[in-house]
Amino acid sequence: MKLHTLNILVEDRPGVLSRITGLFSRRGYNIESLAVGTCEIADMSRITVTAFGDDAQIEQVRKQLSKLIDVIRVSDLTATERVERQLALIRVAAGSGQVRMEILQIAQIFRASVVDAGEKSVVLEVTGDTEKIDALEKLLRQEKNVACRDAPAPAAASARSRIL
Amino acid sequence: MGTTLKSGAAILIESLLQQGVTTLFGYPGAAVLPVYDELYSSPVKHILVRHEQAAAHAADGFARASGRTGVCLATSGPGACNLITGIATAYMDSSPVIAITGQVPTNLLGNDAFQEADITGMTMPVTKHNYLVKRTEDLGRVIKEAFHIAGTGRKGPVLIDIPKDVSVSRIVWDKEKDTVNLRGYRPTRTGHRQQIVKAMDLIRNAECPVIYAGGGVIAGDASGELVQLAERMMIPVTTTLMGLSCIPGDHPLNLGMLGMHGTVQANSAITECDLLIALGVRFDDRVTGKIEAFAPHAHIIHIDIDPAEIGKNRQVHLPIVGDVKIVLVQMLAGLTRGKEHDVWRRKCTGWKEQHPAKYNDDGFLHPQFILRKMSEILGADAVIVTDVGQHQMWTAQHYCFRYPRQLITSGGLGTMGFGLPAAMGAHYACPDVPVFDVSGDGSIQMNIQEFGTILEHNMPVKIVVMNNMFLGMVRQWQELFYDRRYSFTALPPVDFVRIAGAYGIDGIKVESCDEIVPAIRTAIETDGPFLLDFRVEREENVYPMVPAGAALHEMIRGAGS
Ligand SMILES: Cc1cc2nc3c(=O)[nH]c(=O)nc-3n(C[C@H](O)[C@H](O)[C@H](O)COP(=O)(O)OP(=O)(O)OC[C@H]3O[C@@H](n4cnc5c(N)ncnc54)[C@H](O)[C@@H]3O)c2cc1C
Ligand SMILES: Cc1ncc(C[n+]2csc(CCOP(=O)(O)OP(=O)(O)O)c2C)c(N)n1
Repeated sequence: MKLHTLNILVEDRPGVLSRITGLFSRRGYNIESLAVGTCEIADMSRITVTAFGDDAQIEQVRKQLSKLIDVIRVSDLTATERVERQLALIRVAAGSGQVRMEILQIAQIFRASVVDAGEKSVVLEVTGDTEKIDALEKLLRQEKNVACRDAPAPAAASARSRIL
Repeated sequence: MGTTLKSGAAILIESLLQQGVTTLFGYPGAAVLPVYDELYSSPVKHILVRHEQAAAHAADGFARASGRTGVCLATSGPGACNLITGIATAYMDSSPVIAITGQVPTNLLGNDAFQEADITGMTMPVTKHNYLVKRTEDLGRVIKEAFHIAGTGRKGPVLIDIPKDVSVSRIVWDKEKDTVNLRGYRPTRTGHRQQIVKAMDLIRNAECPVIYAGGGVIAGDASGELVQLAERMMIPVTTTLMGLSCIPGDHPLNLGMLGMHGTVQANSAITECDLLIALGVRFDDRVTGKIEAFAPHAHIIHIDIDPAEIGKNRQVHLPIVGDVKIVLVQMLAGLTRGKEHDVWRRKCTGWKEQHPAKYNDDGFLHPQFILRKMSEILGADAVIVTDVGQHQMWTAQHYCFRYPRQLITSGGLGTMGFGLPAAMGAHYACPDVPVFDVSGDGSIQMNIQEFGTILEHNMPVKIVVMNNMFLGMVRQWQELFYDRRYSFTALPPVDFVRIAGAYGIDGIKVESCDEIVPAIRTAIETDGPFLLDFRVEREENVYPMVPAGAALHEMIRGAGS
């Protein structure tokens, strides 16, 4: 069992997402994360799904997905060279100037940028692999400052898949 | 020219005609009133069923008997929901059916409007594809696509949901403009050359080969090629329930059906073969039993049009994705007569002679004996449809099928109530021969209201009820695996002749052996429908039987073997 990343190119039509998620649940597989977006080809969307399974199971899911009429192509990126990035938005409580300075220092180390700053908090945006984001979160939490961490969007649109 | 306005309903009917549809099965309601108004003056023959489930099964029966796509029609909400069992039945057996449903007007969609049901949502898992058509402009194209999808590749049901305003609106329609262009749907039909060369080598070198043929051979009209391959290379053939009629029942190379209720020779040949050629089959658990013990010594070649079937249940050595007919033609081109497999064939014949299909003619009314007689008398001159249960298995074991599509039965979903409406559909596919529906007293009561439809059109559908006053197949499992605790499987006696009579259908009750043959003859000679109520031995069992999950060689052969 390992985490597989499936890249699914679909017709941009109503109901496509529910056909895909329905197929996963009907065949007994759990989706770990899901991202949907338009893509570089007109009328098509790209759905990126990560799911746990052994190779045979994922191969079966891949074939069943390919049978959906609205699915144009499915590739399992797990075995291919790919770029995997997560994006996180983190809101940190920062009332005093002192804390604000510390946060900005940590942000700099992680190349996170401030995308919003209010009276009581700042919002940081950071991209990178899971380890990097986890490390940043850990540091911020040590300061007991993290108010909320938005679920990382699996922005796993791989560089390779654009060439495919 | 071409500038007259056409309603969605008119476009629908004209498109159906364009697809060659002559008959459809349906039931009206508010959401399809515009369509029914169009049907009133249309050349398409509409058969009014008595329950929408029957419309779906009838369309399915038509498709299975003819090889062409069957069509059913229902209103929104309850009408659409009633189709679902029939759609799922067609889906499991890969049968090409178009289901058309009415829907509430587009401006009410999602509002829990009167008789609204999300039928596209509900049928997603049991259709090959489905559509909710929101604009009249899309209707013509959608119908073309739907027929293309249903009737090509691995066939299957497609549902088209049409909101009422879409069938009412009028547009300028140019039917030539609608084309099918589906980027995500390009079934592979021709087999990979190198794989075919490898397959031919395996076939040439095998000592104990077996062909395992299924529903795909019938769907792909490849029976002729299958028999050629078997005869040229002298390879015994076993078929699944769905493949039964793809090789004549009395062909010397035919080992009969394999699997749970398969013949001893078929299951033994599978267990001992060194090469298994799987043609249009899906390694179903009713066939394989314990999967690890299925064809344990064999190299397996699997030819299937659906890539997802390859390796789904069983790893195979040589997969070939493609249409079975085309692939067989490719293979036959390179195969000349090879080994005669004398020793192996003698072994298979030996099993056959030692364990002939058993039936009793001790003077009591045994269903197996009745089916033998039916087979003798009717032979090739009838289409046989079954319901689900013991009577279905006895039909598979004792009727000698002569040509493809002669047997129509629900295998994958095993839907009781399929038989009678499917027989109606089969009649419209094969209007010149009688259709015999072999049923049980349980199954027949699941769609018995169709007696009305059958009589109304005087269809030559002959209803054979193997009346054992039990849900026999379930009772058998209770007898064998639940210590004879017959929990809710006994049925009180029903006088089916009187029920048929109430609808205006004649029939006879048969209680003794010497009445069997005359009764069958009367059924044939009577114009239109007829019912035979056979009061059979109550606690008969279907043997051989491989208990669920056991290996194929662990057969229970039954008493007296
Ligand atoms: C009470 C009961 C008992 C049963 N007992 C048995 C039993 O003892 N033995 C038995 O065999 N069955 C039995 N069945 C039926 C069983 O459940 C399955 O329905 C059946 O075995 C499946 O048949 P199949 O493998 O031929 O596949 P099908 O369901 O007919 O599927 C056809 C296969 O062929 C492929 N295909 C379709 N078109 C083409 C084409 N043009 N070219 C290539 N491939 C194609 C499809 O992709 C699919 O893989 C029983 C059913 C019931 C209800
Ligand atoms: C719709 C449906 N419900 C339940 C079953 C489970 N089932 C399978 S066979 C059977 C009994 C069939 O009885 P009958 O039609 O009398 O035939 P027999 O087995 O007696 O020949 C039942 C209940 C089924 N296959 N389909």
